[in-house]
Amino acid sequence: MIKARIYIELKPSVLDPQGKVVTNSLHTLGYQSVLDTRISKYIEITFEESDELIVTKNVTEICEKLLANPNTEHYRFDLETLR
Amino acid sequence: MRVSVITFPGSNCDHDAYEAFSSRGHTASQIWHKDTDLAKPDIVILPGGFSYGDYLRCGALARFSPIVSELVKFARQGGMVLGICNGFQILTETGLLPGALMMNSGLKFICQNQYISVQSNNTPYTYGLLQGLPLMISIAHKEGNFFADSDTIKTLLDEDQVIFRYCDAEGKISPLANPNGSIDNIAGICSLNRKVLGMMPHPERSATDSVPGKDGKFIFEALENYFQDRG
Repeated sequence: MIKARIYIELKPSVLDPQGKVVTNSLHTLGYQSVLDTRISKYIEITFEESDELIVTKNVTEICEKLLANPNTEHYRFDLETLR
Repeated sequence: MRVSVITFPGSNCDHDAYEAFSSRGHTASQIWHKDTDLAKPDIVILPGGFSYGDYLRCGALARFSPIVSELVKFARQGGMVLGICNGFQILTETGLLPGALMMNSGLKFICQNQYISVQSNNTPYTYGLLQGLPLMISIAHKEGNFFADSDTIKTLLDEDQVIFRYCDAEGKISPLANPNGSIDNIAGICSLNRKVLGMMPHPERSATDSVPGKDGKFIFEALENYFQDRG
């Protein structure tokens, strides 16, 4: 089995209003050195498959077809082999 | 007019849209998302609501409903599709319209009467309407913040695809009149062939005598005039 850990992040050019509010809140908490906050999605998918090449191909397709919106988001992932 | 209104699990403005058309004497059909026949419509309505609970991204999962492949085929062959609110989100997710609807800049769900300005009457949906005409039409969304990269915005402007912008009661388009942070106050856009329109405001909720705001009627009348004039 392989677990894919997928990060879906807003492109740098896209404003993240949630991140902005969190930055403001952190300033209120006294963390004045906080410059920016970006909020992303983290998705785990477990495959009944042990070939990393096949899983990499599948995850890439899944991200492009469904998980990420190419207009606004980037994706990246890493794989972990489960025993 | 023959109108087909598609219902997804989580749609909640499908009956309003059905009512808005059928009360004006049009033949309206309700189509379940698992159906594969659009019932030969003149126009398809993708109604507002929360299809698939807005899981993953608003509108992202609706495109896997069986009827949506028929819808995409219909639109690619020049068919007319009006996507309202969640319907607009579905149109961007299916790629029938460019851009994306992001979370409102204020992070809040906004439910209010809102003025929008008609930017182009070169669509069946705004046919014959005065450019710059402010219409008061309700909005109700949390993800209505229109975003597209600068190249896409330029194309939308060059091709006259921006159809509605948020404005004030006098029709003035300004950041103050922008409820959700949309780029350039964009509230609605159309496809290159002018037949597919997506808009965040709800004309079907502002079109009957039972509600105070009735400006949504202008859009239904425009459609009726369009069909009448082209026979």
